[in-house]
Amino acid sequence: MTRRGVLSVLAVSAMCLMLASGPAMAQQKVIKIGALYPLTGNLAATGLDCKRGADLAVEIINGKFDLNLPLAKGEGIPNLGGAKIEIVYADTKGDPKNGLAEAERLITQEKVVALIGAYQSSVTKTGSQAAERLKVPFVCSDSSSPTLTERDFKYFFRVSPHDGTMARNQFEFLKELETKLGKKVKTVALVYENTEFGANVAKMQQQYAKEFGFDVVADIAYPANASDVTSEVGKIMAAKPDVVMHAAYITDAILFTKTFKEMNTVPQGFLTMAGYIESDYLPTVKADGNFFTVRSTFALDLAKKKPMVGQVADLYMKKYNIPMGENTARSFSAPFVLADAFNRAKSTDPEAVVKALLETNIPGDQIINAWKGIQFDPKSHQNIHASAMLVQILDQAYYTVWPFDAASRDLVWPFPAWKDRK
Amino acid sequence: MEQLAQQLVNGILIGLVYSLLAIGLTLIWGVMNVLNFAHGEFLMIGMFISYWLYSLAGIDPLLSIPLNAVALFLFGMFIYRFVISKVMKGPALAQLVVTFGISIFLANFAALIWTPNFRSIEHTLLSGTWDISGVKLSIPKFVTSIGSVLTSLGVFWFLRNTRIGKAILAVEMDREAAVIMGINTERINSLSFGIGSALVGVAGALLATNYYIYPFVGGSFSLVCFCIVALGGFGSIEGAFIAGILVGVVQTLGGYIFDPAYKLAIVFAMYLITVWIRPQGLRGL
Repeated sequence: MTRRGVLSVLAVSAMCLMLASGPAMAQQKVIKIGALYPLTGNLAATGLDCKRGADLAVEIINGKFDLNLPLAKGEGIPNLGGAKIEIVYADTKGDPKNGLAEAERLITQEKVVALIGAYQSSVTKTGSQAAERLKVPFVCSDSSSPTLTERDFKYFFRVSPHDGTMARNQFEFLKELETKLGKKVKTVALVYENTEFGANVAKMQQQYAKEFGFDVVADIAYPANASDVTSEVGKIMAAKPDVVMHAAYITDAILFTKTFKEMNTVPQGFLTMAGYIESDYLPTVKADGNFFTVRSTFALDLAKKKPMVGQVADLYMKKYNIPMGENTARSFSAPFVLADAFNRAKSTDPEAVVKALLETNIPGDQIINAWKGIQFDPKSHQNIHASAMLVQILDQAYYTVWPFDAASRDLVWPFPAWKDRK
Repeated sequence: MEQLAQQLVNGILIGLVYSLLAIGLTLIWGVMNVLNFAHGEFLMIGMFISYWLYSLAGIDPLLSIPLNAVALFLFGMFIYRFVISKVMKGPALAQLVVTFGISIFLANFAALIWTPNFRSIEHTLLSGTWDISGVKLSIPKFVTSIGSVLTSLGVFWFLRNTRIGKAILAVEMDREAAVIMGINTERINSLSFGIGSALVGVAGALLATNYYIYPFVGGSFSLVCFCIVALGGFGSIEGAFIAGILVGVVQTLGGYIFDPAYKLAIVFAMYLITVWIRPQGLRGL
């Protein structure tokens, strides 16, 4: 091709590009949301799950989907001229220091108008401090430490239930075990990793154990991400509890499961949190995960009562080729809450968004969780409808077993002895 | 009482694994005064090699031990030739920082190509537990620790009875004298780095039988390993062996008797007290 030929091709393609993007650029404002997640380090797999959930939510908001979710049916944010949401991710490496620094960077340099994240409560704590200081809304749908919403921050909102609620739910379950199924539980052992998450879970469990009349026979804090947990399991076994309550992230959940099996720990039941419902837990421990009971805000079997859950789960499966799980379901909700607030506020101005967030009223049929809806408490900014359910691992899948009237399969209780299992 | 015996057994089992890991680290330090911060990531690579051999070719991790040792030996030599030997000429800080850089690179590169997901090997040749009058002995962990002992003994024998081994010890004792005696120290450096890495490769295969595998698994072991190397005396192979068992036992028994929350604190307190009384470590010169 001659030089002139090349030039004319270039000129024509440049004109085409301008024609194509010109009008689109004029009407398509982009709203940037910052997301803090542990994308590398110990919790990298978890961070990836969270990212997938948020990405799918944004895809649904920005595109046209026939789903009964806020803003799913139209493209983008209608009251802002169809503006699209874009998530700017920042890697916290699971460290509170980075949570703070990355939140500041996202706000001051990336100019995000709101933040979501950060999975670990300790990181959310520092990240939201930065957001509060810089006056930018932070909508959290995955961290569960109660203290996060006890600070009465103006810009911090939490969609998901906190551990106070979930600890209460665990003891309600234990009470109902006796009243409805006639299975008597008297003593519990608390085992927890010693960061913001685990330590606060234990505090709430201590409180509710007293209130509901259970004896705490062991209170065992341990350093997270250890290479060996036999002394922890030894302590649990020496206390001979009826029920073991374990608050752990994924690495510890896997190691404890292996050690429980190896040392033949068989209480009446295990009530666990977080790590036991990570998407990597079952593929790693396989059948050894059976019969553990986990607190959850989501389960695939919700689709039986809410077909929309099934539709979203199918979309997820199609996009990532793995089943949707608890972490994804959590991070999935924050972008909708924010998009809904932007739309009602007709603005991304922080004050207007906070005002709109306070007026949030998303009905239960427009969320994928089992709650009555999303409405924030005017003072603490905690979603007043958020609650937990219990799922049990049966045949290497999670099934809702409590509340009993929402159960899709019957609870297996007591925990079958390891040696009797195939 | 039964639980105490159980904890002691568990402590020895994990301690022997620590020993094997620490011997590789201390060997590298002893010969060339380089602290390999990427040691944990070498372990991770060893575990992944076993994992892929198992899941793609159906080779049991125990059978992959020799392959692992060779692969990590070559990998260690490669890293030495193309990275470490370059910075050996630079300031000491550069040597410290470069292995740190390798560690971050390897972990994140592994996360990129293999995803950060967790994996584990099911149905190995080894599974189950023995019950010896109430004390549970996990068969995979038992075999792992036996493997650690045999490998450690092999290293002792090799260093004392072969020409290369003696040359390594000579360089460790006095590099300049070794040069005068006609030992090619550059070659010894790269061999030691290779052997140190091969040991961690063996540990990786052994651990793969009973541990989860993911790109950041090295972090759980490396801090403890550095403590063991220092406790045993930098460069002392026997010291690392003894200190590894000691740390394993103190960690599990201490955690059980006092409080698991303090088990690492107890280990490091023991370390601090030891270096206070014996700054050169248990068996250091």
